[in-house]
Amino acid sequence: MVDVGTPILEVPEAQGTEGQHMILNMGPQHPSTHGVLRLVLEIDGETVLRLYPEIGYLHTGIEKTCEAKFYQQVVPLTDRIDYLGPMANNLCYALAVEKLLELEIPPKAQWMRVLLAELTRLNSHLIWLGTHAMDIGALTVFLYTFREREDILRLFEAIAGQRMMTSYIRIGGLSMEPPLGWLDRLQEFIKGLPEKIDEYSNLLTGNPIFINRLKGVGYLSQEDAIALGVTGPVARASGIDFDVRRDMPYSGYEKFQFQVPVSNDCDVWARYLLRLQEMRESIKIIQQALDGMPEGRVTADAPKIVLPDREKMKTQMEALIHHFKIVTEGFAVPAGEVYQCIESGHGLMGYYVVSDGTAKPYRVHMRYPGFATLQALETMCQGRLIADVVAVIGSIDIVLGEIDR
Amino acid sequence: MPGPWKAELFTMSDAPLKTLPDKQAVLAELSGHPAVKAILSWNADALKKAKFDRGELTLTVVPEEIVAACQTLRAAGYNFFEDMTAVDWFPQSPRYQLSYHLLSHKLKERIRLCALLDDPDPAIESITSVWAGANYYEREVFDLFGVHFQGHPNLRRILLPDDWTGHPLRKDYPVEGYR
Repeated sequence: MVDVGTPILEVPEAQGTEGQHMILNMGPQHPSTHGVLRLVLEIDGETVLRLYPEIGYLHTGIEKTCEAKFYQQVVPLTDRIDYLGPMANNLCYALAVEKLLELEIPPKAQWMRVLLAELTRLNSHLIWLGTHAMDIGALTVFLYTFREREDILRLFEAIAGQRMMTSYIRIGGLSMEPPLGWLDRLQEFIKGLPEKIDEYSNLLTGNPIFINRLKGVGYLSQEDAIALGVTGPVARASGIDFDVRRDMPYSGYEKFQFQVPVSNDCDVWARYLLRLQEMRESIKIIQQALDGMPEGRVTADAPKIVLPDREKMKTQMEALIHHFKIVTEGFAVPAGEVYQCIESGHGLMGYYVVSDGTAKPYRVHMRYPGFATLQALETMCQGRLIADVVAVIGSIDIVLGEIDR
Repeated sequence: MPGPWKAELFTMSDAPLKTLPDKQAVLAELSGHPAVKAILSWNADALKKAKFDRGELTLTVVPEEIVAACQTLRAAGYNFFEDMTAVDWFPQSPRYQLSYHLLSHKLKERIRLCALLDDPDPAIESITSVWAGANYYEREVFDLFGVHFQGHPNLRRILLPDDWTGHPLRKDYPVEGYR
């Protein structure tokens, strides 16, 4: 039975100076805790005996705010939760509401969504790689990965008008057609990316310091990973062969060919290799989406839910009325409850939306992977050195925005 | 659109994508479903309500039996605790609906287990003895809804400060907070 969360409030009285334990406060401003994570450690010398995460510094009450907004007004709120994977948030929320509405999404929108979700995964993994390596002490990789991340943000800016808070995937499809030449720009970027990944790999994979810091660190057995609710790359590195994209496909993922890398090594090194492999698989999916991009609309044929084209609003009275109605009154969603999950960059992301038949969601709950994975931190760090805690935090790819919500 | 479970693991003559609104309909049409079968053979009286809607199966059990229900479902193949939250149906009674989402890695399917609680003292047994990973989720529900979990190893507020008054996700708590 694994133990989660016994608060460290005091240490037992030590007899003399031998074996004296100490409480160390790590964070919330420590640069290697990626945001505002606070860890309370009970240490004996350099060895971590217990670890207790204190979270909530970034809590903004998004779930409560959602209840006061129209369904379409929630989309920009979702961007701000996992701020490194905006499109994945948008996609998961949109799929949940579409399930409630039983709305049919045209193929081109589905393809674009898969493409953007994978681009988001690349974005998220690039930041993970840069910061993880930087935590270990390999500062150079950070500069390389942020070069490619900048390219992705420019692509996001071109398609959505925003670099990070994109809100591009909306209920019923996408907010607009991708601009002319955007797909060609993406193709060019994707073509060069495998080489860039080789470049990162060349810097790190054979590096003896990096290997020594990562191999055998942060062991998490398969049983513990299941018991603690761990998902995503961390779970797959512990031998759990489960990926929502393959096993419970959504948004047309069943039409794409890709591998789900799995490892049984259960350590930080395995998670590093697995994420690199995932990036290569993402590139393959984007390439397939680009090659087979269908023609047609990017929004569903549902004038009472999807905002009309600007051009139509200038010439058609009906479109103007629909626009006015959606913006001022929203649209009623049939009563019911749905749970929709997708595979985000960090693992299994789920949205639980409850509707009471009005234009505002009755309850929106977000299941984010980091929240559950954080519970496994103590198990992974117990008995290791303080320096290993930094490596483990990097390996679970922590984003506090998604944990505190 | 694929059905909610794989054909080779569970066979049904017609795809159950239509809505089954109540317990009677679910028992009539889905008695072969692994989760329904497990619950019925364990304790048919504990199953209060059942619903099949939009491809999702919801089973409502009596709150006293939540731990046993979780153990039964885990033995039936729903090995992964995915999510847990609450819905406040104020001013209806019973007021709180707890929703547990359980996932099966093998069946590649998810079910929703519900329990209904009421004021003035909403309390239910903690399922941390079945899945240790329910720890943070129960703390979150305690923090934001004020539902107590008996037998929880560390039932403290998780997202809000320890000295916070009230439970923000209750419907009688104003969105702007108390000024």
